[in-house]
Amino acid sequence: MSDPILTLSGVSKSFPGVRALHDISLSLQPGRVTAVIGENGAGKSTIVKILTGIYRPDAGEIRVGGEQKHFSSPRDAWAAGIAAIHQETVMFDELSVAENIFTGHMPTGSTRLVDWAEMRKKSAELLKRIDAPIPPEFKLKRLSVAQKHLVEIARALSHEARVVIMDEPTAALSANEIDDLFRIVEQLKAEGRAIVFISHKFDEIFRIADDFVCLRDGEKVGEGPISSVTEAQLVRMMVGRPVDQVFPKRDVPIGEVVLSVKNLSNATEYADVSFDLRRGEILGLYGLVGAGRTEAMQGLFGITPVTRGTVSLDGRQLSIHSPSDAIAAGISYVPEDRQDQGAILSLGIRENVTLANLSKYVRGLFLSRPAEQEATRSLGRRLAVKAANWEQRLGELSGGNQQKVVIAKWLATRPKVIVLDEPTKGIDVGSKAAVHDFIGELAQDGLAVVLISSELPEVMGLADRVIVMKEGRIVDEFKRGAWSAEQIVGAATGAAKEAA
Amino acid sequence: MNAPMQPPESRYAVLDAAPRRARDILLRWEVILVILLVATIVVNTIVSPYFLDVFNLADATFNFSEKAIIALGMALLILVRQIDLSVAAIVALAAMGIGYAAEAGFGPAGLFATGIGIGILCGVFNGFLVTYAGLPSIVVTIGTMSLFRGITQVILGDQAKTKYPAEFLELGQSYFIKMKESGVSWLFIPPIPLSFLIFLVLTAIFGIVLHKTATGRKLFAIGSNPVAARFSGIAVDRLTFLLFVVSGMLCGLAAALLTARLGSMRSNIAIGWELDIVTMVILGGVSIAGGVGSILGVFLAVLTLGLVTFGMSLNNIPGQVVSVYIGLLLIAVIAIPRIADKLGLRTGR
Repeated sequence: MSDPILTLSGVSKSFPGVRALHDISLSLQPGRVTAVIGENGAGKSTIVKILTGIYRPDAGEIRVGGEQKHFSSPRDAWAAGIAAIHQETVMFDELSVAENIFTGHMPTGSTRLVDWAEMRKKSAELLKRIDAPIPPEFKLKRLSVAQKHLVEIARALSHEARVVIMDEPTAALSANEIDDLFRIVEQLKAEGRAIVFISHKFDEIFRIADDFVCLRDGEKVGEGPISSVTEAQLVRMMVGRPVDQVFPKRDVPIGEVVLSVKNLSNATEYADVSFDLRRGEILGLYGLVGAGRTEAMQGLFGITPVTRGTVSLDGRQLSIHSPSDAIAAGISYVPEDRQDQGAILSLGIRENVTLANLSKYVRGLFLSRPAEQEATRSLGRRLAVKAANWEQRLGELSGGNQQKVVIAKWLATRPKVIVLDEPTKGIDVGSKAAVHDFIGELAQDGLAVVLISSELPEVMGLADRVIVMKEGRIVDEFKRGAWSAEQIVGAATGAAKEAA
Repeated sequence: MNAPMQPPESRYAVLDAAPRRARDILLRWEVILVILLVATIVVNTIVSPYFLDVFNLADATFNFSEKAIIALGMALLILVRQIDLSVAAIVALAAMGIGYAAEAGFGPAGLFATGIGIGILCGVFNGFLVTYAGLPSIVVTIGTMSLFRGITQVILGDQAKTKYPAEFLELGQSYFIKMKESGVSWLFIPPIPLSFLIFLVLTAIFGIVLHKTATGRKLFAIGSNPVAARFSGIAVDRLTFLLFVVSGMLCGLAAALLTARLGSMRSNIAIGWELDIVTMVILGGVSIAGGVGSILGVFLAVLTLGLVTFGMSLNNIPGQVVSVYIGLLLIAVIAIPRIADKLGLRTGR
């Protein structure tokens, strides 16, 4: 094997309350594709951010071409020949393709003004090299996601990048577009570049990768040539940990059917989602990012229109056209995006807690502050919210405490059914445990819970039953005790046969 | 792996409210405005002996009450991250309608109803374009500003409407409490013009609705984070629509008061008011980014601006200088809290 282009040794990175990466070493060979795999939160994105100069590692070193490097900004990483193609493209929609390719290093003439002709010519050459027939003068917003990826690749080539990182580049692409992308990857390989390929899809990994590195909880748990492993082995490597001890499951008697969803569909994102949910039951909804779980639940909650299907609560068919209909019926939805959809950061804790059922606190014509304070105090204590005072602005609290306040808001509506969408995403370990415990308590109190989570241990630790969605449809269902992590991940990724 | 966590108990006390701190209170916007208002009064009193005359002051309110009425609606719109730049054009359109209605023989009640009705229709049009068509309100109302004013100009041309019933014109000049020659000597009741009284009553209503009712809380939520507000079951579009209608309605009311006071109208009536009104709202501490503001602040800003203008005109200071002063005032008052934040003088709330 030739000398590696890039090596990481002993790289660690922590954030308050989270150890994102611990003692990671890896090396990238010229002309080889290295797949980095792992569950959500395993540390893949952190590695990308360290390689591209967005994060600085707490410990460890990066060597490029044998020379030690310290990246203090994305610019440094560019200069060292590392380019990334991101999941969601980070480019400028209103600028032309050529301008996007040459952002930050536009060719200039002796006048120091941009040499537009030269820039267009070079852009056309770069695009031609990867067989991408995109006119350089087109505005980026006219392009499809796949074409935008091609522009990003051209941008990487314009920097003479020796390492090209692709972070889930196929997430939004059709089969044909994926074929095109892979053809270019082969070309980049042939030119002696090193490729880092991050994907959840096993068929792609086995098709394109030469080597793999498997991460779990920020640690490297396996590496080697891809030909040396099977899908089943990879899945086991990804999830392999004793999950049941982490989230003790409460023993809750499961009652009658509360919520019955039949053939819920919308135009594009999900179709024929059907399930029954019982009192005291926690139903896990597992799937890859983009499987349609959030979209289906937001349809159920009245945020986006549903084209087909019925929702019944306690045997009565509901007609939900807005979140307020859902709230009135007894359905709550705690959204995934806490900052934008869940919390109102510039309002106080009290104002957030009472927001979803303000009419309950009206005495006569006016809001009663004592009534609001009473509810805030009792829910805040129940969820162990840590704050200086109940008027404190939500923006001043930690992510975990913000999430507790958002959950308190939804409990204040006294729901029968609560949908929790990634309730522990981006919160610290302590708050996470508190939220997990609380979910168990909710079920014990007789609520029916839908838990959307991309963290398998969380789903397996808490749920009585797991429904797996893939590409907008329910593809499988598993009962507690009769499941394995491999089966669930297999169903979500489409690797079911091999893993079973 | 860690042992499972115990369910956390509340082992610490969370206060109901933050302890009051002197400098937080001092740097509240309303307090800054009160200081500004007092300073305005003191300076003007020193400079001109005629300033602190209740009759003069009462007369002075005529000049800003109509704008101030519209500013109340504008304050709520800006609070929820919208804006209505068509207000002055709505006043013109409504005033023209009042002019025609007066020629058709309507009485005062009918004329007020005509103005308010036209205002409501204009507000419905704006609100529809913003909420159902999903267009940005700044674009929509710049468009309708031109549209409503243009309609008025096309119909009226150089014409002026000058025929109004006497009872209507009387309302425009009237005091709710008349100046009294005699009466109870120890009880002094200042004269209050009708338009200013209407402004005071509306201020109280808007203040109570915004700060004491569930609807008011919802407006703060929408202004702070419209997406989270929608996820919390708040009918964001419906409330936004309603605010545009309220804004139009207030414009119609202001048009009636203004026409009655002036006794005539041309197509250029109330021209440029929209920026004066936005100035009142911004000086009143309503954040253009949404979610922050109080009716008390707007009320204080209205009084301050009104008295500054009045005081300067008493001293024969030309209008251009008044405008320079108001510009500086606005920038200074907006800068003070920001600078205080930067210096770390203020804490959360």
